[in-house]
Amino acid sequence: MNPVLETKNVNKYFREPVNFHVLKDISIALQPNEFVSIMGKSGCGKSTLLYILSTMDTDYEGEVWIDGENMRNKNRTQLADIRNEKIGFVFQFHYLLPEFSVLKNVMLPALKLGKESPSSIEKNALDKLNLLGIKDQAHKKASKISGGQKQRVSIARALINHPKIIMGDEPTGNLDSKNSENVFNILRDLSTELGLSLLVVTHDMDFAEKTDRIIEMGDGFIIND
Amino acid sequence: MTSLPLILDITKTHLLAKKKQTLVAALGVTFGIGTYIIMMSFMTGLNSLLDGLVLNRTPHIQIFNKIEPSEVQPIEQISSSPNLIRSIKPQNKLERIHDALPLLNELKNSQQIEGATPQTTARVFYLAGTNKLNGVLNGVEVQEESRLFNLNEYIIEGDVNSIDRNKYNIILGAGVARKLSLQLGDKIQVMSTSGTTFGLTISAIFQSGLAEVDDTQSYINLSMAQQIQGAGANYITRIHVKLKDIEQAIPLSQSIETVYDVEALDIKTANAQFETGSDIRTLISYAVSFTLLIVAGFGIYNILNMFIYEKMNDIAILKATGFTGTDVMLIFISQALLIGFIGGVLGLGLGYGVSLLIDGTPFETEALPTIKTYPINYNIQFYATGIVFSLVATFLAGYLPARKAQKMDPVEIIRGQ
Repeated sequence: MNPVLETKNVNKYFREPVNFHVLKDISIALQPNEFVSIMGKSGCGKSTLLYILSTMDTDYEGEVWIDGENMRNKNRTQLADIRNEKIGFVFQFHYLLPEFSVLKNVMLPALKLGKESPSSIEKNALDKLNLLGIKDQAHKKASKISGGQKQRVSIARALINHPKIIMGDEPTGNLDSKNSENVFNILRDLSTELGLSLLVVTHDMDFAEKTDRIIEMGDGFIIND
Repeated sequence: MTSLPLILDITKTHLLAKKKQTLVAALGVTFGIGTYIIMMSFMTGLNSLLDGLVLNRTPHIQIFNKIEPSEVQPIEQISSSPNLIRSIKPQNKLERIHDALPLLNELKNSQQIEGATPQTTARVFYLAGTNKLNGVLNGVEVQEESRLFNLNEYIIEGDVNSIDRNKYNIILGAGVARKLSLQLGDKIQVMSTSGTTFGLTISAIFQSGLAEVDDTQSYINLSMAQQIQGAGANYITRIHVKLKDIEQAIPLSQSIETVYDVEALDIKTANAQFETGSDIRTLISYAVSFTLLIVAGFGIYNILNMFIYEKMNDIAILKATGFTGTDVMLIFISQALLIGFIGGVLGLGLGYGVSLLIDGTPFETEALPTIKTYPINYNIQFYATGIVFSLVATFLAGYLPARKAQKMDPVEIIRGQ
């Protein structure tokens, strides 16, 4: 089976404040329906790698292939479209738009994609919120709900466009163990039910051990895959 | 590219979510544009009031008889060698303009000329009891004088046309009336230089605001003035000309002088100092308006800059979820323009409202008996400039940070957290 995400010899340098080789010859692959976690100490480059994989960071050497396409040849607009359609994000700090309602936050990426009518997007978004058990919060402002709820909203948002991959940067990083457990179970279920690939950067050993595969990083190298 | 409705929807949510901030930003525009309109309306209003003080009542060209020594003295006509002549005196000439009526006719028929009025000036004494007061009577065609030089605007009592109806009526200068304690309807005796006295009825009183005029001059019927001078209907001492285009004053006065044996004084020569003052006032109002717009522009830029930088987080999220740089830029530019539009329209309202207030504020001055309140120039141009400027300024003020937002990598923002 073709990997849904693949890197070939990715190198990354930080030039400010001093020249620093962050990622060294990273070559990994993510298969469809796989739940992978990336672990490593702070500063080992795992978040940096995730940003490159997510197409948000374009300043790197090597190749990144997503769903059979090389990201190297894409311009910013095309990359934005790929993020919109194929990748869902769950960040450490929720990153919801505080002025918008929960429902609107979930709907926005789909409205941007523009493949469905607003009414069916709304229905779809409500389904996703329902799936995550927060349908009752749909019409509250995003700034008015709790941390665990925000995290679930951002998962719902990541799902709205039926992406190929969901990427998480410490998705449970600032949640207590109960909420953390919840979020893991949700991601686990999604992976099996919707056939998604998941790639999660985490510090949380308990969390990582429950995933299909752990990629361990240290000093910019893959130590263990 | 994302559909415009979605972008406008995001814009609307952003603006409505922080109503206070939006309002403050819009008010920044409002005060800038409002002040601009108020200052311009008021300053140009005052300027045109001051200009009108002189321009409306001053003829563009005054034609009268020149009294000066001949340029070519008789001796020079017979002897070409240098001559030494002492104590040259002007030739004795009548005060009246030679062939005034044909000249007047020709002027009236000219395309460049709005109108021309004849005047006969008579030096007199105003007699009241044993007092004799020096004075000048201007014999005028009063309707033309009102039409061209706004004589009617300086009448503080009575009717300007009364001297047309009865030639024994007189429009007395306010200063003369005060000095001789005369009122409307009183009789006044005037004595001509030849010693004849005439009894006239005061049918109106005028006040020009210039004391030297108000204290000596009066207006009477043209034929009455000719009668006082003991002369016929062709006795005309001055012709006042109003042009369609004031810029033609100098060339036209020169051509009149070459064709006729008269002196033609154009307004620019007659009021050179006024011209300078007017130019400087115009310069000041341009400088002030320019400064106001610059200050307003920077205010707008500051507020919008803050407005957008506060939203950096949102920019990162929008980009991470697939909105392109152009989408993000459009969102912020449309916000800036909307703020500019709302603020600008409010600014027009503020400017108009305060202008109305100023327009209603009493302003009484001796110089202008017809002016009761402060002058305001309701020129649509100021309002057009105001709204265009508010849109252009907010566009530019929004464009610079929006462009930065367009180019920014979302990672830079997320990593910065």
